[in-house]
Amino acid sequence: MNGLSVHFEGVSKIYPHFTLDNLALELPTGTIMGLIGANGAGKSTTIRILMGLVHQDQGRVRVLGREMPREQAPAKLDIGYVSEDMRLYGSATLAWHMKFIRSIYPQWNQPYAETLLRRFDLKPQQRIKGLSHGQRVKAALLLALARRPRLLVLDEPTTGLDPVARQEVLAELMAVLADEDRTILFSSHNTLDVEQISDQITFIDRGRIIASDNKEMFLDRWRRLRLALLPGAVLPRLPGVVEVGGSGRLPILVTDRFDPAMVAVCNDAGATVQAVDPMTLEEIFVANVHSRREKQTV
Amino acid sequence: MHSGIVISQADGRPMYLQIIEQIRQRIAVGDWPPGKELPSIRELAVMLRVSVITVKRAYLELERDGIILTQQGKGSIVAPDPGLGAKLYDQELSRHIGRVAELGELLGLTPRELASRVREAADRMTKEYS
Repeated sequence: MNGLSVHFEGVSKIYPHFTLDNLALELPTGTIMGLIGANGAGKSTTIRILMGLVHQDQGRVRVLGREMPREQAPAKLDIGYVSEDMRLYGSATLAWHMKFIRSIYPQWNQPYAETLLRRFDLKPQQRIKGLSHGQRVKAALLLALARRPRLLVLDEPTTGLDPVARQEVLAELMAVLADEDRTILFSSHNTLDVEQISDQITFIDRGRIIASDNKEMFLDRWRRLRLALLPGAVLPRLPGVVEVGGSGRLPILVTDRFDPAMVAVCNDAGATVQAVDPMTLEEIFVANVHSRREKQTV
Repeated sequence: MHSGIVISQADGRPMYLQIIEQIRQRIAVGDWPPGKELPSIRELAVMLRVSVITVKRAYLELERDGIILTQQGKGSIVAPDPGLGAKLYDQELSRHIGRVAELGELLGLTPRELASRVREAADRMTKEYS
């Protein structure tokens, strides 16, 4: 199936101290989207609206073709959701939880669940309260993955995991994508994870989506240019400049609309291009947030 | 299946370029002979734990350069050109020579001086292997 697994149109939610403002979001089936934002930016609210846990004041939300929150019950049969505030029963074992979930979801895949137990190095007889944070995250993920949901929604899945557990989780998420009918949306403030596995990236800040695009576009368009001005030369006007730094004769520009032709434009204007640096997603995110916030305060 | 391709987070270059370079090398040295089937885009993405879109981009560029052939619905193969390995080395050489010329100009060397430096390097190479 092709099409959109998640579709937000003009979605708003107003709280006394926080507003989610006119969100538009499209997640094509078979892809991974990473939602990046600072703490309190609106990532979790967005995810809760998607899950029907919070009702939007305005706008339309469709998930796997179902209207949310109205059709959340049938939609949730096909959605796997893992978040930090989702509690498992401390005094029950992982095996008990597996049996419980299996009794609710007919698509539960027991052989896959057992494979995941081995891959995540989890023991089914162990009680949840005896598990470390990383083991708990992996247990919750196992319970969601073994249902083989068409859409996986993960709120900060890698936060607080050690490097080994993180790689195990990322590998398992990629394995899900081997099936092109399945889709993942995850939020993170770890931009490295998002940069590694996401196809689509959405930046969210202060309740607004400030950018949403495919990852290669992001990484291609953002560049840092280090220039050296010849005596008497002035900085040429370039498209998409979001930041100007450096010192007088050695300016540093950040642009979100880089084009290789810019190098010639600069050189002709007496601003020798010393280097054109690609930027990491983290640098792009931070530059993006800063430039938007500056515009807002002006 | 193991692809043998590694993606380094410490490598400053974009991930798709790392993939392109390693596939080119495999083909250049003959590990992946002409006509060999490549893993599908999704398979390679899962193996490398990188996004599908990154691998797709690498394949598109390799295809544009005539190094691989992609048939709709059938996947990709190494271009069935027996001279491909040599061609890749030749492209690599051209790139390096271009760089040599740039550096030569920066240092103010004449073409003749530059040529003699290249000859010296080639002579050293021959001596080492004789």
